[in-house]
Amino acid sequence: MAQVRRAARLNVSALVSRIVAAIGGGYVVAALASVAVLALPMDKSQAVITGMLASFAIYAGAVVWVFAVRSAWRAWAGLLVVAAPLALVAWAVSSGLVTGGAA
Amino acid sequence: MTPANTTSVKPQGRGIRQTMSDLHTWAGLLVGWLLYAMFLTGTVSYFKDELSQWMRPDVPHQRVLPDAAVVAQNVSHQLTTLAAGSPQWSVYLPTERNPVVNVFWRNAPTDVKGDKGGNRRGFEEATFDPATGQRLKARETLGGEFFYRFHFQFHPLPVLWGRWLAGFCAMFMLVAIISGVITHKKIFIDFFTFRWGKGQRSWLDAHNALSVFGLPFHLMITYTGLVTLMAMYMPWGAQVAIKTPAERAQMSAQLSAFPPPIKATGDKAPLASIDAMVRQAQARWGANDVGRVSITNPGDAAARVAVTRGEATRVSMSPQYLLFNGTTGELLDVKDNVGAAAETRGVMYALHLGRFSDLHLRWLYFLVSLGGTAMVGTGLVMWTVKRRSQLPDPARPHFGFHVVERLNIAAIAGLSVAMTAFLWGNRLIPADAAGRSATEVDLFYGAWAATLLYALGRPARRAWIELLWIATALLTLLPLLNALTTSRGLWHSVAAGDWVYVGVDLMVWALAALHAWLAIRTARHKPKLKTKPVRAAQVAAAAQTSDTPVNARLNEDRA
Repeated sequence: MAQVRRAARLNVSALVSRIVAAIGGGYVVAALASVAVLALPMDKSQAVITGMLASFAIYAGAVVWVFAVRSAWRAWAGLLVVAAPLALVAWAVSSGLVTGGAA
Repeated sequence: MTPANTTSVKPQGRGIRQTMSDLHTWAGLLVGWLLYAMFLTGTVSYFKDELSQWMRPDVPHQRVLPDAAVVAQNVSHQLTTLAAGSPQWSVYLPTERNPVVNVFWRNAPTDVKGDKGGNRRGFEEATFDPATGQRLKARETLGGEFFYRFHFQFHPLPVLWGRWLAGFCAMFMLVAIISGVITHKKIFIDFFTFRWGKGQRSWLDAHNALSVFGLPFHLMITYTGLVTLMAMYMPWGAQVAIKTPAERAQMSAQLSAFPPPIKATGDKAPLASIDAMVRQAQARWGANDVGRVSITNPGDAAARVAVTRGEATRVSMSPQYLLFNGTTGELLDVKDNVGAAAETRGVMYALHLGRFSDLHLRWLYFLVSLGGTAMVGTGLVMWTVKRRSQLPDPARPHFGFHVVERLNIAAIAGLSVAMTAFLWGNRLIPADAAGRSATEVDLFYGAWAATLLYALGRPARRAWIELLWIATALLTLLPLLNALTTSRGLWHSVAAGDWVYVGVDLMVWALAALHAWLAIRTARHKPKLKTKPVRAAQVAAAAQTSDTPVNARLNEDRA
């Protein structure tokens, strides 16, 4: 019985973990992508708008990913794999190391 | 489907369809009630201008659209005294759908500091009769604007909170759509499947048909809805890239049809002919395609006049305007295109608002959007129908079920009552009552809260039926109330050829009929004790399209 209860608790915490990954993690990935897009060789204001326009699709995709994979760990790992390079580019853009096209 | 089985440690073998189905169910349920309200008020907002006309019966019916250039000249002449000292006037010219002139002006800087007179928002508004050029005294009401503002910011919540909440719901909607599509393996075949009188099956089929039929629209409307407020939801790119005032001006020129601000010199100079400026715009875009005239620093040597293009003749909200020197009348700038991404945003924005559409397309927008409302509604009801059969004792459902069931009743049947109550308030609150616009809104929320109390206090089935009948009665009597309290009853409107009033009155009756019919279907429905799964799977009624889902039973109720 105790085992069952522990399993149930594990399940709940995995679910909470996924919900946090989806809502919070998904938003962070989308936000990073909307900054990283500034590295593209295009006009700055167009790049900003492109990032905004695409961000909701990325967010939705991240949420679906989080619930589609087998475990909460994989969900987080997947988000990290995508977020890490985006964060790197976003950091490079915001510190002026990379400038997109006309910017 | 059923909530995850808590005893299995590894939820392996649950296919993607199963997990997506769970995601669809719970994402949909969590924000379903708000989404339903957003969908329905948004649907109604496609006729926002018409509804606003109907809610200002003191404004006489306009037969012909006067020339925009003459109107702009007259109104700006009046503003030199009415809005003296104001740094900016915006004159929204009459359109076929909104045949009056709406004017907004910023308060003179001294007014804002002095804090007497003037209003807290820092701007004033007035309505003018385009034919006479005189200021119109209409009853104070938000009109159709209330449903519009409720739709994306839950007016009167603080704007920022309301918009974030709406964005949260819209994002859930987007996820629910995608997960719903993945769940649905036979998306095409099921579209032609309708199993009548099969309880949960019928609800599922109704929900599927509504969703699949309108899928492109639902996806478009949800995504473009997010796009309308994207600068607020995703400000990070702009925060990183846009730093200098020049960059800010460049960015805002891509999105906004207000030209960059300019400092007043302090030297007085009279305005040049506004009429001539509007004529130039008319020559460029067409006689009825001038939307707004904004005059910055009127009466100053640095006056600027922007004449902005209307929304009705192109599928984009991207800024297009002519900028004139206000004292010489010289054309300074022609703004007629923006970058590709900004144009994409403009098109998406316009697709959401649907203001480009003519009457036929507008009705299509309305109907498909109503289908979307029904999609959310059937989804909500299905949640209870599906779980009721699994309850250990259907007469005593657990707390969660009870809450969902009652919220469904108030959110669906109750909203119809509340929205109609708002229209009743418009006719019953005296035209000159102080703060009547806010009272109308209070009435909406008061009525909505009352339906929730009602739903909590009655057996579920009775509550559905009775609230639907109440909505029917309120809707049926509304055109009569209109005839009694104004001089613009249906008969007069028909005689005067006032098709907006005729349309609203008839539409209200059509909606009354819809509610009556739903009430009758619910009342006649006899829930089956046990379903027969084998037979139910075999029977597939042939192609039924848009009108079938509302035929579906409204609720399976406790016996």
